[in-house]
Amino acid sequence: MILSKVIGTVVATRKDERLVSNKLLIVQPLDPSGGLRGNHLVAVDTVDAGVGETVLVVTGSSARMAAHLKDSPVDAAIIGIVDSISLSTDDDSE
Amino acid sequence: MQLARVIGDVVATIKDPTLVGHKLLVLQPITPEGKADGRGLVAVDSVGAGVGEYVFFVRGREASFPFLPDQIVTDANVIGIVDDWSHERDGRGE
Repeated sequence: MILSKVIGTVVATRKDERLVSNKLLIVQPLDPSGGLRGNHLVAVDTVDAGVGETVLVVTGSSARMAAHLKDSPVDAAIIGIVDSISLSTDDDSE
Repeated sequence: MQLARVIGDVVATIKDPTLVGHKLLVLQPITPEGKADGRGLVAVDSVGAGVGEYVFFVRGREASFPFLPDQIVTDANVIGIVDDWSHERDGRGE
């Protein structure tokens, strides 16, 4: 799973029928420390997240295991809203 | 599977129902020399790892297999705690 920030919404009237009534959000991947990193992606929202929130995004075929997404043509799903992240301060791996 | 160091944990109250009761860890993938390698990610923990420990984790759909028959919506799962490792050059970056 990747940490991401929700930075926008997508409206699409014509889409695969299995995506109808799903909310699509634009997310920007984050470093655990909070810096923006990598390319944006569009993810299906299963937890009612909003713009500006930090969320957990699951990608690949695992995204289809999220609630209500079975057999949907989806490769990224928002499956959690992050309350807090605590990082160890003695990070000697960097 | 990849080596990583556990650098933190994540608290998320609102999340996919299949993730309730599972610990979420922030991992930093590392090289065999112990250096950070790529973007950090969030993984479910199935072995009871803690912050500061070295672990190995699996990515992709297989990440949910340890919980079968339950289908957990995750694309990364910590499946082992590393006691020690060696490689051809100089071990743990020592």
